[in-house]
Amino acid sequence: MNLKEIINVVDGELLVDAPVSIDIQNACCSDLMSDVLMFVKPNMLLITGLTNPQSVRTADMAEAPIIVFVRGKYPAPETLALADDLGIAVVLSAYTMFETAGLLYEAGLRGLGKLPIVRQR
Amino acid sequence: MKSRFTLLSLLGGDGGLGKVHELIREIRVGRVMTTNMYTVAPDDLMSELKELMREHHISGVPVVEEGTLAGIVSIEDLIHSLEEGKLDSPVRDFMTSGELIVARANEPVMEAVRRFEVTKIGRMPVLDTQDNLVGIITRGDIIEALLAALQEVYSEAERIHDHPDYFFEALESDSTSLVLRYNVKHRDFARGGDASAKIKQALLRIGASPVLARRVAIATYEAEINLIIHTDNGGTITADIKPYEISVLAEDRGPGIPDVELARQPGYSTATPEIREMGFGAGMGLVNIDRCTDDMSIWSALGIGTRLQMIFRVSPEETKRNGTG
Repeated sequence: MNLKEIINVVDGELLVDAPVSIDIQNACCSDLMSDVLMFVKPNMLLITGLTNPQSVRTADMAEAPIIVFVRGKYPAPETLALADDLGIAVVLSAYTMFETAGLLYEAGLRGLGKLPIVRQR
Repeated sequence: MKSRFTLLSLLGGDGGLGKVHELIREIRVGRVMTTNMYTVAPDDLMSELKELMREHHISGVPVVEEGTLAGIVSIEDLIHSLEEGKLDSPVRDFMTSGELIVARANEPVMEAVRRFEVTKIGRMPVLDTQDNLVGIITRGDIIEALLAALQEVYSEAERIHDHPDYFFEALESDSTSLVLRYNVKHRDFARGGDASAKIKQALLRIGASPVLARRVAIATYEAEINLIIHTDNGGTITADIKPYEISVLAEDRGPGIPDVELARQPGYSTATPEIREMGFGAGMGLVNIDRCTDDMSIWSALGIGTRLQMIFRVSPEETKRNGTG
């Protein structure tokens, strides 16, 4: 799925354009950046409600070429500036995270499948 | 020595200007001048000078009398003699003599460049410390040397690009490493990730595999965020890059971790709700670091500080590793 298709599927607004030539197959949905860093694979779509610059940093580290911000939460200017600097495309979806993810899943994007169980304190 | 300068200037990212600076500031006139030159004597005739200039396509010649520089004669002087119909006169009558503008073999090329600029002359005889004539220098000689230096810088850059190992092979020591240091400020969320991103860039630039660069970046990023969130006064990140191993050290001066074993448990975190709101403090940082590194160790003491060392081995199987997946 390319950038244009993703925007269409979530009826989103393109906030930062970037030349993304990759055909995106998988997506990752989280507001916890450590979780993203833990599980994301290169060239995945990052869907998050966390709109501070760290979401962009995390996408950069995790090599996610596109971020979709959800529930119509317009990111701060410094978040967009950093994305522009790092060449990461940013899309704003007015749907909730659940619905944004659902629409993209329906359109063919997949996640990581089942992960090993980690016992936590 | 030469390649070390080039490598450092490449690291500095000035794309070779360092080499040119080095050339202009440090290289002496003696290395750039033409030594294989023609000279005439004051008593030689202007007609002889004309033949010499025509035969060898030169436009200026030092005049030497009994081994010492007596003057300089140029194509303009030859034109004067032609205009006056005095090709049979000796060079002495038309040459420039007296207070000659000269260059010294041991002075920096920069000085010669300045003198050319101020005086607008085309060439300078070059003298050694005993005032012996040892060469001649023109603006062309300097330009040629600069172009050669640039060529060298660019072919060096290409070599490093094509064969990243060359970067380390060019340096001789018992153990060579590249050390990058970054200061991380407490609570500086805006710049959080800067150090990690720069280390990743540096690794990719010197030819590390993307997979290796990525796991170093992710582990370093977690450590960087820890410095921002948990320290009293921030800390430092030092990446020590060797051809076979990368070590990243995150250090701070407090407050220290009360129970390191506890802190390493998945899900354990002391982060405030405010920090959790920013997307951190899920208690997965050290777990994630452990996953990305080949070896990690934490030393911490309350009231003193914390040292987190992360080791990444650069193996030929690097690309097979899917640890970051």
